[in-house]
Amino acid sequence: MNSYVLGLISIYYLAFLFIVAYQAEKKSKNAKSIVSNPNIYALSLAVYCTAWTFYGSVGRASTDGLDFLAVYIGPTLVMFLAFPILLKIVRICKTQRLTSIADFISSRYGKNRSLGVLVTIICLLSGIPYIALQLKAISNSFGILTRSIVNSNILVDHTFYIVILLILFTILFGTRNVEATERHEGMVTAIAVESIIKLIAFFAIGIYVTFWLFDGFEDIFDKANLMQAARKSFVVEKESGMSMWFWHTLLAMMAFMFLPRQFQVTVVENVDEKYINRAMWMFPLYMVLINIFVMPISLAGGIIFSGKPVNSDMYVLSIPLNFSDESLAIITYIGGFSAATGMIIVETIAISVMVSNNLLMPIFLGIPASKELINLNPSRVIQFMRRFSIALIIFLGYFYFKFITEKYSLVSIGMTAFVVVAQFAPSVFGGIFWKRGTQKGAMAGLVGGTIIWFFTLIIPSLVSSGVMSDKIMTDGLFGNALLKPYELFGMTGMDNISHATFWTLFFNTALYFFGSLCTKQTSIEHNQAVLFVNIFQYSKGIENSVIWRGKALVSDIKSLLESFLGASRTERIVRVFATRNSINLNTRYADARFVNYSEKLLSGIVGTASARMMVSSVAKEEEISLNEVVEILKKSQELMAVNKELKQKSQELKLLTEQLQAANEQLKQTDKLKDDFLSTVTHEIRTPLTSIKALSEILYDNDDIEHSERQHFLNTIIKESDRLSRLINQVLDLEKFESGKVRIVKEELNLEEIIKDSVDSIEQLAKDKGIEIKQIIDKKMPTFQGERDRIMQVMLNLLSNALKFTEPNKGKITITAYEEDGSLHVNVIDDGAGIAKPYQELIFDKFYQAHDQTIKKPKGSGLGLAISKRILELHNGTIGVESEVGKGSKFSFEIPLE
Amino acid sequence: MNIQKNIKVLIVDDEPNILLSLEFLMKKEGFIVFIARDGEEAFDIIKREHPKIVLLDIMMPKVDGYEVCRFIKGGNDTKETKVVFLSAKSKEADIEKGYSVGADLYIPKPFSTRDLVKKINMMASGVVS
Repeated sequence: MNSYVLGLISIYYLAFLFIVAYQAEKKSKNAKSIVSNPNIYALSLAVYCTAWTFYGSVGRASTDGLDFLAVYIGPTLVMFLAFPILLKIVRICKTQRLTSIADFISSRYGKNRSLGVLVTIICLLSGIPYIALQLKAISNSFGILTRSIVNSNILVDHTFYIVILLILFTILFGTRNVEATERHEGMVTAIAVESIIKLIAFFAIGIYVTFWLFDGFEDIFDKANLMQAARKSFVVEKESGMSMWFWHTLLAMMAFMFLPRQFQVTVVENVDEKYINRAMWMFPLYMVLINIFVMPISLAGGIIFSGKPVNSDMYVLSIPLNFSDESLAIITYIGGFSAATGMIIVETIAISVMVSNNLLMPIFLGIPASKELINLNPSRVIQFMRRFSIALIIFLGYFYFKFITEKYSLVSIGMTAFVVVAQFAPSVFGGIFWKRGTQKGAMAGLVGGTIIWFFTLIIPSLVSSGVMSDKIMTDGLFGNALLKPYELFGMTGMDNISHATFWTLFFNTALYFFGSLCTKQTSIEHNQAVLFVNIFQYSKGIENSVIWRGKALVSDIKSLLESFLGASRTERIVRVFATRNSINLNTRYADARFVNYSEKLLSGIVGTASARMMVSSVAKEEEISLNEVVEILKKSQELMAVNKELKQKSQELKLLTEQLQAANEQLKQTDKLKDDFLSTVTHEIRTPLTSIKALSEILYDNDDIEHSERQHFLNTIIKESDRLSRLINQVLDLEKFESGKVRIVKEELNLEEIIKDSVDSIEQLAKDKGIEIKQIIDKKMPTFQGERDRIMQVMLNLLSNALKFTEPNKGKITITAYEEDGSLHVNVIDDGAGIAKPYQELIFDKFYQAHDQTIKKPKGSGLGLAISKRILELHNGTIGVESEVGKGSKFSFEIPLE
Repeated sequence: MNIQKNIKVLIVDDEPNILLSLEFLMKKEGFIVFIARDGEEAFDIIKREHPKIVLLDIMMPKVDGYEVCRFIKGGNDTKETKVVFLSAKSKEADIEKGYSVGADLYIPKPFSTRDLVKKINMMASGVVS
């Protein structure tokens, strides 16, 4: 393929990234942040998967089999097991406005400048080769695709131009704002997009190899099995294999937390702590997906290129090229390119903040001439320093790649970087869980660990590249056999990385621990230690828990802020802070909280140590003894405890209020039901009353009414009076049920008998109306416990209803009764008018008419069904109806046999 | 007994016993009486007979009295018809609602027969003049 075409593709791709990042920045300016989205956050974490993953995993799988997985199991374990630690680190960084791992460690140990410098240097040591590694991947993939040899002349090396573009991108989206605590939304969005692209690309090649070139996973594994070399891939070798898994996984866990780029995306760019919950499963899922095809591709490469000298790191490219599938090769190239660029961009931003804040800034502040310059236009100077650092870092990476990395595989550089970054673990974990950890302990641990790292990993690489003689490898340092880099103190049987991990962490932890025990903390150190360890108690009242005593002029502090934040912004921030904490800023000397807050604001811009220097240059600080610090912190903790109690009390009160409200609501509801019931009952009573009154008045006023008519009227009056008294009895009855006054006196009852008796008492009425009552009753029903009169009442109610609604001389009523599933069942079936669906539930409700104020329920059902329902409930039974308009109704009740 | 009236009166109620008394009273006053047991029946008679006065219950199955009243007052050839609500709903809000849908008179149940007859007669003489 033509190298210009591929070069253009690379440039187009970067242009695409520019657009993505630019759009995201624009949206965020319009307050429609894309980045405040848990998915973007989770995806941005996948910057962990660099070109090393993209190319190197396959390479490693080809030489060491499944070993490559340890690097991905580590982060997954962090997400599952260590997310409380992540959460704690995020919370600390947010409240303390920390913007890098260097800031984190230096802030914890008394805002110590030299610690910041040391951490920055370690990050550079890990970062530069790592960036070089990415450039190497870009360069190699470019070379393979264009089948060209990388030119050693920089000006004709395409990688050089990509480097320039990357510097531009990183400067553009990494230094828009001098305040490093402000997030880089454009950059993060671009990274998330890159994560998707590299996953898609890797899937494309994986599917191509597995299902196009071969017939699925099984086919590849079968064919590979025939080859001797591949078989060992799946065997975990003896104990050394197991220990390797352990150490590599542990290493990856620490790298995932402390690598500058990971710290950047996980902690600094985190918008909302809750997003960690999403990342908890989404990120491991990503890890699984991107690793699915590693093994098949590596085996396939082994089969396809069996016996040929093809670099296994580049299988993903060589395979499609071998089959002349150029477009797929380009997709793969873009995937690898995106993995590499993503890493470079984030890593550079992260390290550049450290370099400018922890290395350059203190130096500038220390030189009077340059300090003048900073005071003149600080944000310009800072921006310049950032940009300068960015260019410097990427160029360093480039030169490292050009002149050193040629000899190493992708993986070995990556693992070496992991080990040095893991040196942060004791200071960070100790720092957030152990108040006793001191600055000197941390310093000793870091220095010790780094020296051992240099000895066990860097010296051997220097030896193998010919810089040093190999005597040290065979005879040990100073000819001492205990000091061989790969066999320190005679330890053998481990791979180099595990060996180095073990010894570096061993010395680091021991030095940190004993160093801390042997030294004392200064007051500021203790203050920070307590804040870090108890962050979840302090994060709300953090302004009040920082101890500082001294004299600083309000005007001095303000002008310091103004030079970094601008006058109007400073004015606003200060006003908000003053109001929130009720601080009077019209005094001459600044309140300690205000001084602290300003320092924190500055540290978001220039780093902890530099901010410290600036503030102390305008403030006259007084030393506070350690005892005083302890005392004050204790008090503020007590205050917080009281606060917490108050909060709890108020929460309880709130709960109580809610409960009261609910109770009140229920009372209101009951009241309304009662009202409804009353109005229903009055209406029901007024109806017969109206007839009685009207007919009586007619009879009184009209002596001349015919005898038969008079008889009819009188009869009606009597019937309506009966109706009235029945209604009153029902109301009283129901009231008794409602108020729980009714006690069922149970005795042994025979259901068949009750049915027969109730039919007997209604038979005459049925005959008068010409309606037949049919009984289908199981003779073998067992007796049950209940109150005879009540069950009788239910039966009579159902039967009289059925009679009322069946057509005279035509209708038929059927009663069935049987035992089933431990209950007695009774059905009263008529072929009368039926009940429309919407009313079927309501007819058992005494307030039925109230729901439907003006449309009347079917005539005459009154309160009988409501009462029947109550009676059955007292017998633990149920009642229901099935009905169809025009066809009839089937009322059923059941009583469980105890 | 008055014979001046050749006036059609429609009585709408779902309670047969109330119909019994109202029918007796109205016939005795010489009105031409029609009976409907629910709103739907009422619609038919109103359309067919154009009664001058309608005695109307509110709570009925199928179609309620308000609906019937709205129908009467909304129709071009029926809007002159007098509507008298006779209802057991006797709260102030109920009475107000009755008038709001266009009733000419609202008499709560139970009513005094003499009073009712007097009011209907007055209304009928108004219709005549």
